[in-house]
Amino acid sequence: MADVAPASPAASVPTADGTPALVSLRGVSKRYGDLLANDGVDLALAPGEIHALLGENGAGKSTLVKILYGVIEPTAGEILWEGRPVSIPSPVAARGLGIGMVFQHFSLFEEMTVAENVAVALPERAFDAVRTELAEISRGWGLALEPDRAVWTLSAGERQRIEIVRCLMQKPRLIVLDEPTSVLTPQESERLFETLTRLSEAGTAILYISHKLEEVRRLCRAATILRGGKVVATLDPRASSAREIAALMVGSEVGEVRAHLSKGTGEEVLRVEGLSLPPEALHGKPLVDVALSVRAGEVVGIAGVAGNGQSELFAALSGERLASYAGDVVVAGTGAGRLGIDARRRLGAAFVPEERLGHAAAPSHGLSDNTVLSHHATSGLVKAGFVAFAEAARIARSVVGHFDVRTPSDDPAARKLSGGNLQKFVVGREILRGPKLLVVDQPTWGVDAGAARLIRQALVDLAAKGAAVLVISQDLDELFEIADRMAVISDGRLSPLRPASAWTREAIGLEMIGAHDEAGAALAREPA
Amino acid sequence: MTTFEAILFTIVAASTPLLIAAIGELVAERAGVLNLGVEGMMSMGAVCAFAAAFTFDSTLAGILLGMTAGGLMAALFALAVLGFAANQVGAGLALTIFGLGLSGLIGAPFVGQTRPRVEEWPIPILSEIPLVGHALFSQDPLVYVAFGLVAGVAFFLARTRTGLRLRSIGENHVSAHALGLPVLKMRVYAVIFGGLCAGLAGAYLSLVYTRFWSPNMTAGRGWIAVALVVFAAWRPMWALVGALVFGTATVLQLHAQAAQVPLPSQLLAAAPYIATILALVLLSIRRGRAVGAPGSLGTPFVPDR
Amino acid sequence: MRIELIPRPDPSPVARALAPLAALVVAFLVAGLVVALLGKSPVSAFEVYILQPLTDPWSLRAMLVKATPLILIAIGLSYCFRAGLWNIGAEGQFVMGGIAGSALALATHGSDPGPWLLPAMMLAGMLGGAAWGAIPAFLKVRFGVSEILTSLFLVYVAELFLDWLARGPWRDPAGFNFPQSVVFESAARLPEIPGLDRVHVGVVFAVIAVLVTAVVLGRTLFGYRLKLTGDAPRAARFAGFDAKRTTLIVFLISGGLAGLAGIAEVSGQIARVLPDISPGYGFTAITVAFLGRLNPWGILAAGLVLALTFIGGENAQILLRLPFDLTVAFQGLVLLCVLTADALVSYRPRLVTRAGARA
Repeated sequence: MADVAPASPAASVPTADGTPALVSLRGVSKRYGDLLANDGVDLALAPGEIHALLGENGAGKSTLVKILYGVIEPTAGEILWEGRPVSIPSPVAARGLGIGMVFQHFSLFEEMTVAENVAVALPERAFDAVRTELAEISRGWGLALEPDRAVWTLSAGERQRIEIVRCLMQKPRLIVLDEPTSVLTPQESERLFETLTRLSEAGTAILYISHKLEEVRRLCRAATILRGGKVVATLDPRASSAREIAALMVGSEVGEVRAHLSKGTGEEVLRVEGLSLPPEALHGKPLVDVALSVRAGEVVGIAGVAGNGQSELFAALSGERLASYAGDVVVAGTGAGRLGIDARRRLGAAFVPEERLGHAAAPSHGLSDNTVLSHHATSGLVKAGFVAFAEAARIARSVVGHFDVRTPSDDPAARKLSGGNLQKFVVGREILRGPKLLVVDQPTWGVDAGAARLIRQALVDLAAKGAAVLVISQDLDELFEIADRMAVISDGRLSPLRPASAWTREAIGLEMIGAHDEAGAALAREPA
Repeated sequence: MTTFEAILFTIVAASTPLLIAAIGELVAERAGVLNLGVEGMMSMGAVCAFAAAFTFDSTLAGILLGMTAGGLMAALFALAVLGFAANQVGAGLALTIFGLGLSGLIGAPFVGQTRPRVEEWPIPILSEIPLVGHALFSQDPLVYVAFGLVAGVAFFLARTRTGLRLRSIGENHVSAHALGLPVLKMRVYAVIFGGLCAGLAGAYLSLVYTRFWSPNMTAGRGWIAVALVVFAAWRPMWALVGALVFGTATVLQLHAQAAQVPLPSQLLAAAPYIATILALVLLSIRRGRAVGAPGSLGTPFVPDR
Repeated sequence: MRIELIPRPDPSPVARALAPLAALVVAFLVAGLVVALLGKSPVSAFEVYILQPLTDPWSLRAMLVKATPLILIAIGLSYCFRAGLWNIGAEGQFVMGGIAGSALALATHGSDPGPWLLPAMMLAGMLGGAAWGAIPAFLKVRFGVSEILTSLFLVYVAELFLDWLARGPWRDPAGFNFPQSVVFESAARLPEIPGLDRVHVGVVFAVIAVLVTAVVLGRTLFGYRLKLTGDAPRAARFAGFDAKRTTLIVFLISGGLAGLAGIAEVSGQIARVLPDISPGYGFTAITVAFLGRLNPWGILAAGLVLALTFIGGENAQILLRLPFDLTVAFQGLVLLCVLTADALVSYRPRLVTRAGARA
C-alpha cells in the first residue's frame, strides 16, 4: 500500500508560493465512457495552506477529490506525496498517508451513534479508546458532540462536526472538505471557518472545494479553478475580482436575469393557513403552523438550509401529501388541502420537485412519456383511458424547442440528459401548460450557470405574465435575484413573509437557526 | 421426566433448525442482502447431510457436507446478486426453486432410509435444573451450537469492530464505500455465512429431527426463518424468542393432532402459517413501517471506479 | 479476485431481447452437466426433453394445455412485477380459484344447471383467486406488511384447505375412500377446442389475456401507470397515481388470472377435485414472467418453452428414470440465469485479479 519514506527537499515539488508541496497532482485524468471528468489536472498544496478548488457543478471537483481520497481510480496521471509518487487504491490507503475527507453528502450512518460512526472509520482502534479520544478531540477543538447520540437526531452542523472529528482523530496532514457550507447556516459556517483557520495554523493543509466565491476569498490565499474537467487558472482569489473568477468558472460572462415589471398586486392564487403535518418519514420534519400567500404576478421565495421541511412543504402544497383540512391550502380560491395532485393541477397549479431524476421525471422513460407524467390529467392527452402518445411527443418536442433543451437524440430517456437540460425540461414542461400557480423546489440545484439563468428568467417571465410563482431554494443569491417577497423555513416552521428588500443576510441566518426574535431585532436595527 | 418436560424438550428441538437458519439470514440481512433462498439452501443442506451421513455412516461428515452444500448455494446466490447485481428478491426465489428441485434429484436414492438416533450430550448439573434443565441441557450438540451461534452473533454485531463495519455496510452502503469499507467483500462473507447456517439447519432436520430424508421435508421452514428475522427486528436475541414461540406453535399443533382435537388436521397444520402472517401484521402495527430494517437491505450496490 | 461492473451507457435493445435466450442456453448447459453427473447422457436427455415433445403431435397438444395455466398466471404476475410488487403466492391464488369454481360445479352436481354454469364457474374462479390475492395487498397497503412473505405463506394455507376439502367434505362417498370428489358433469367441464383433441378452451383465455394485456400495457393510462410505478415510484406519486390503489388493483388482476387458470385447469383438465391440483404452476409462472421479460408476447413464448420442460420432464421420468425434480431445478436455474442476464444488459462485467488491479 502507501509506504512512503520521508521526502528529501530535492524531491519535493514547490507550490505556488515556493514552499515544498505536501501533495501534488500531475496530469490527473478520469474518463467515464465518452466523458472526460478530469482532464490533465495539476494541483499542489503546501503544509498549512488552505487551497480552494473552485468550479461549477459538473466541472470535475468531486471526481478529483474522490481520486485523491482513493474512492475512484484515475485513468491517467500521478499523485506525489511529499515528492514521492504514491498510489491511493482505497480510502484506507488515503487515511494511511494522512489524508482526511469531509464529504458534502455526509458519509454517516443514521441509525448508529456518534461514537460508532467515528469508530467504523478507524478499524485499528478499540471502541472504548475511540470514545475517550473522541471526547478529547471534540473538547480540544471546541466541536461539541455527545458520543452516544444517534446521528439521525442531529442537525447538519453537528453531523459535519462528526465528519471533522472523524478526520482529526486520524491526525491528518491534509483535510479535504467538499462544499462544506452548503448545508450550514451562516452562523454555523462562521464556526467552521474558525476551526479551519486554527487547523491551518497548526500546519494542516486544507483543500477547500466550493462554488461560493465569497467564502473562498475569505478563507484562501490560493485557488485552482476547474472548468469542464480542466484547470483554467490557479490564482490568489483576494487579488482577483469576483467577476473575473466567475467568468473563469463559467467560461463566458453570465448575463443578469431581467427583473420583471409587474409587482404582484394581483389576486391571491395560493393561500396557506395553519398548515401542520406530522413527519411522514421516520426521520422527517413536521410542518408547524405554516402560513403564506402568493399573489398573481409575484415571485415568492422560501429560503432555508436543506432538510428543514422544504420537501415536506412541497409535498403538502403539491398534494402528494394531503393536508388535514381543505382550507389549509387554498389554490385559486378553492380549498385544495384534501385534493390530490391531479385535482390541484386541474385548478391551474403546476409543480416542479427538487429531484429531477426519479421524482420529476422517470429516468428510464422517454421525454414524451415524461410529458404524460404531469399532463395526463389536464391536457386532453387521455381519452377513454387511452393515451395519445403522439400528442405527448409533440408537446415534449415543443418543450425541448422553447426551453433550449439539448438532447442526444429524438425523445431520449430522461437519464440521458445532463442535469441542466433535464431541469430545463421539467420546468419548461410545467410552464408550457400555462399555469396560474407554479411551485418549484430548488429550481437550479446542481445545474450549470447557463441553464440556471434561463430557468430563473423563465420563472420571472411567468410571473410577469400574471402567474403566481413560489420558489423554494437553498441558494440565497438566487432568491435575492428573483423573489419579490421572502420567508425562511427552519425546523418545519415558516417565518413571516417580508419583501425581499426588507431582509438582510444576517436576519435570514438567524431565522435559519430558529432565532426568530433575534432576527426581528436585527431587521429592526437595519434601515430597510 | 414429566410430560411437560418432554413437550418442552421437543419444543427446543423443533425451534433449533429455525433458529440456526434465522441467525444466518439475520447476518446476511444486517449486511444489506436479502436472501430469500433459505428454503432452497436448507433443503440442499438436509439432503447432502443425509446422503453423506448415510454413505460414510458418520453424522459429523453429514453435518460438514450439509453446511458445505448450503455455503455453495449461497455462493451461487452471491455470484448472481453481488457479482452481477441481479435482483435479490427474484434471485432468492430462484435459489429456493433450484434448491428444492436439485435436492429432490440428489435425494431420490435415499428416500426410505433412516439414520440412527443422534446421542444427546446431557450437561452435568445444568441438566438437573427443575422443569427447563432437561429441555435445554440434555440435548444433542447441535442445539448447543445453535445457542452458541445466537450468543456469538449477538456479541459479534454489538461488540466487535468487524460487526460494526458489517452493520454500517447494511445501513448505508454508499457511505460505507466512501469510507473505504469493502462493501461487496463483506457481503459475500455474510451471505455465505447465511448459507452455512441454512445448510446446518437442514442437516439438523434430516440427521437429528426426522432422521430420514423426504422431498420437501423443509416444508416452509426456510421461509419461516426469513419471517423470524423480521419479527426479531434484526436482533439475534429476539430471533431466539421468535424461534421458540414458533417451535411451541408447531409442537402444540402436533400434540393437538395426536390428541384428536375435533378440528381438521389441515387447519392445525395451517395454523403456524396463519400465525406467522398475523404476527407480521401485529408487529407492523406496533412498530410502524419497516423500522429496524437495515437501510440498504435488498438494494444492489455497484461501486463506481 | 473480484468482478467489476461497468455501467453500459447505452444498453442495446438487441442485447435486451436476446438476454432471455442466452439465459436459456446457459441453463441448458448447466442442466446437461447435472444430467451427465447423474450418469445419463445429456444428448439423449436433450432429445427426450425437447426434441421428442416437439415432434410428437400428442405432446404438442399437451404442451398447449400445460402452457395455458403458465401463461395465464404469468400474465397476471407481469402486472404485479411491472408495478414493482412481489406476488410470489400465485400458486395459492391458483388453488383458491380452483376451489371457488369447483364449489359451483359440486353444488350443482346432479341437477341440470343450464348453460350459465361454466361462465359462473370461471367467474367464481377469478373471484376466488382475486380474493386470495387481495389479502397480501390489503395487508401491505393497510399495515405495511411486506407482500413477499404473506403471499407465500398463503400458498400453504390454500393447499391445506384444498387437501381438507378433497379428503373431507367434498370426497366422493362412492369413491372407495379415495381422496377425490365426484367427476364433474359435462356441463361443468370446459369443452375441447374443435379439431384439437384434448385441448380445452382455456387456451383461448390465455390468448385473450395476452392480447388484452398487450393493449393495456402499450396504449392505456393504466399501463403507463404500472410501468411508472415500477420504474420510478416517486415519479408515479408525482403523476398523481396512488400507489396503494395500484397495489390493490394489480393483486386483484394477478389473483384473478391465477384463479381463472386454476378453475380452467380443474374444469378443463382434471374434471374433479384432488388434494393436489398443481405441479407448481404458480411458481413456474414466475420464471415464465421473467423469461418473457414481463412482455405479453414474451410471456406467450416463455410459457410454451416452460410447458415443454413439463412435458419433457414427464417423458424423462418414464424413459430415462430421471426424477421430475430435474425439471424443477432447471426452472429455478432458468430464473436465476435470466435475472443475471437482465443485470448484465445494464452492466459490463470485468474480472479483476489482484495482480492486474492497479496496472
